[in-house]
Amino acid sequence: MLVYIIRRSTQSVVVLFVMSLLVFVGVYAIGNPIDLLINPQADQIEREHAIAALGLDKPLWEQYFVFLRGALTGDFGKSFVHATSALGLILERMPATLELAIAAMLIAVVLGIPLGLWAGLKPKGVAGRTIMAGSILGFSLPTFWVGLMLIMVFSVMLGWLPSNGRGPTTLLLGLIPVSFLTWEGLSHLIMPATNLALFNIALLIRLTRSGAHEALMQDYVKFARAKGLSNRRVIGVHVLRNILIPIVTVVGLQFGALIGFAIVTESVFAWPGMGKLLIDSINLLDRPVIVAYLLVIVTLVILINLAVDVLYSALDPRVRLSEAKG
Amino acid sequence: MRKLVFLARLAAAAAVASALALAPGASADELRIAVAADVTSIDPHFYNLFPNNNIAEHIFDKLVQMDPDSHMIPGLATSWKTIDDKTWEFKLRKGVKFTDGGELTADDVVFSINRVPTVPNSPGLFTPYTKAIQKIDVVDPYTLRIHYAVPYPLAPNDLSTIYIVSKKVATGATTEDFNSGKAAIGSGRYKLVRYVNGDRIELVRNDNYWGDKPPYEKVTFKIIKNEAARMAALLSGDVDAIEQPPTADLARLKSDPKFTLTSKISHRVIYFNFDYLERSSPFITAKDGKPLDKNPLLDLRVRRAISKAINRPAIAERVMEGQAIPSGQLVSDKLFGFNPALKPEVYDPEGAKKLLAEAGYPNGFNLTIHGPAGRYVNDEKIVQAVAQMLSRVGITSKVETAPMGPYSARASKQEFSFDMVGWGASTGEASSPLRSLIATYNRDTGMGAVNWGRYSNPKVDYLIQQAIQQVDDENRLIMLQRATEFAMADLAIMPIHFQFTMWATKKGVQYTPRTDEYTLAFQFRPVKGNPG
Repeated sequence: MLVYIIRRSTQSVVVLFVMSLLVFVGVYAIGNPIDLLINPQADQIEREHAIAALGLDKPLWEQYFVFLRGALTGDFGKSFVHATSALGLILERMPATLELAIAAMLIAVVLGIPLGLWAGLKPKGVAGRTIMAGSILGFSLPTFWVGLMLIMVFSVMLGWLPSNGRGPTTLLLGLIPVSFLTWEGLSHLIMPATNLALFNIALLIRLTRSGAHEALMQDYVKFARAKGLSNRRVIGVHVLRNILIPIVTVVGLQFGALIGFAIVTESVFAWPGMGKLLIDSINLLDRPVIVAYLLVIVTLVILINLAVDVLYSALDPRVRLSEAKG
Repeated sequence: MRKLVFLARLAAAAAVASALALAPGASADELRIAVAADVTSIDPHFYNLFPNNNIAEHIFDKLVQMDPDSHMIPGLATSWKTIDDKTWEFKLRKGVKFTDGGELTADDVVFSINRVPTVPNSPGLFTPYTKAIQKIDVVDPYTLRIHYAVPYPLAPNDLSTIYIVSKKVATGATTEDFNSGKAAIGSGRYKLVRYVNGDRIELVRNDNYWGDKPPYEKVTFKIIKNEAARMAALLSGDVDAIEQPPTADLARLKSDPKFTLTSKISHRVIYFNFDYLERSSPFITAKDGKPLDKNPLLDLRVRRAISKAINRPAIAERVMEGQAIPSGQLVSDKLFGFNPALKPEVYDPEGAKKLLAEAGYPNGFNLTIHGPAGRYVNDEKIVQAVAQMLSRVGITSKVETAPMGPYSARASKQEFSFDMVGWGASTGEASSPLRSLIATYNRDTGMGAVNWGRYSNPKVDYLIQQAIQQVDDENRLIMLQRATEFAMADLAIMPIHFQFTMWATKKGVQYTPRTDEYTLAFQFRPVKGNPG
């Protein structure tokens, strides 16, 4: 297990390094941020001053090495437009995105798995068919459109929920600002989280249904029934536990994707998260923030995958982490 | 039937709930405004960026303020005059207090002006407005003399952009100290309560402000960049006012009695650059696709033909939904330097074809037009409309657009033949576009900094140079008008229109719109009648 984790970490460092290089060169190739950032009234000399102030006058390789040297000590540079540390800026916004993604994932799991199980157990019933039809909508409707429709219905027409923003936050454990602890904060969270969860609800419904469908035909289920076990025990223990492995994989992968895809939902609901920061930074070619953001995201995804792998071995004793290659 | 009754009850309950939900927050002392762009810092000298300045306008004061029509009015300075061509004297208002209780004197002004070039890591300082200053004399705590190296008429205009901070508080303060609120001490109409990066800015009224007190005690600026989301926030009552409502919703806003749409002509002109380089222009080819050996845009007749082929009133009416007025010059009628004799080019496609034939292009040529995407109101649609209009007179046109970043990077390197951009005369004078867009590019003097097409005409240069050193207002006005007239006769650039800036408010709130596009909380006020 330890060897496995060490090997994974080494690989991750290589991935992070290659990615930082690609992003660095990529953003450099798009253009000079100063053309975009500086007030048009400024003349050429002021332009050159600003370029020098941001260190953009140096050759690319030198800029990259300055960045690398800082990155090794945890300093990803200062945002061009905010004059504050890029990493600090991201960490400041991270709780908002994580809260949104976790809430969305919870909604997806709490709704998706039971609904999928139901549809799998009673595939011919009206409820089962309705659930499956509904899941197609969840797959095919674009997030931003659903988001706007939610706002139209619940904020504009009914006036039940606020249309944007995060609302007041309270500190969880005295550290992390979260909004779900107050009713007002929660009311801000419901719509964006549901919006973000929609695709994953549909995905989990389909996955659980087909898993349950398949498991029900297996001999061990028939045997369990023949033993006279209660329906609850057959489904709750024998079926569910066996179909959980693919679900855990997908939940893990999708959680990483949720943090990334939160961008659309964050823009529609003006949710002050990392995704919005990334979009703004790309528009302004704010390279330190873009690079730092992607490094943070990649690190998160690597950690999530690692957690998923560890979870596997807990769910299925046949999986041994030390044997896994890659 | 039972179900129907149930549904009806549900609807009734919903109506009650919605009435309850809307009730809080709608207090008369509080104003919530949704703005379209991110505020990157509270430090008023860190970055000369529109949204930052928009917030600084509330917290900090300036020597010279601009009224809604971009005319200069007294701010911290009660009066100003020239001692000689190179020296200006400003008299300060007495008894102005910073919000920490300290008095504002000439020392704070000197400190603020000196701080401008020293703020580190800035992507764009306010130095264009301070670098001409040679030295500042403090005559007494309420009198300043500012010396320039050359005759300098624009001192008050320049100083209308510099925010005054407290010397005591801001000495040694970093940009972060301003963002946290520690150093954000000004003498403006509002005080900073909280700055939440990327989300909102909360302000509270400064009851010790020297001038008229603004009507709303608490103000929250919410940053909502997505225009549909901004509109939804207004419709749902989460905010009381928004800037830049989406063009698609204008009809609804005009007809819905619950909302008011306010608009005003902006100081921003939307125009096209011509390629003036002696070369085979990169995006112009003959009709058969072969490169042309010379650049047809160097011929005034071709430029004139292009201008005549464009139906400006149609663009203003259809593309802009009436939220623009066609233009034939650099600044709109309220601004200093406007020339009443210059009218927008009249739409004349036949005349355009004739001019093209005279210039030796009876069948026209192929052209790719470039433009920014998402920077100006309907920018892509304007470029497309222009392409269609040019195609009709024989100049077969394609369109390529890109976000402002990569677009301006290429345009400023003369990689295009014919490209669109906008310019806001933020000093409120025609000298601003003349020196930046029309004057010959010169790295060392800073003239023609945004002259992307590289237009160059010594006669126009001479007039501009005279005008910007002419301290007498009457003479300067005539010179600016003459310079504009020559430049326009040459079609140095081709103006399309002045766009309107729009604000939408809920009933019961009224905004006094501004040409400089700012959304200022103190210009909103409650109106009686039927609120809500």
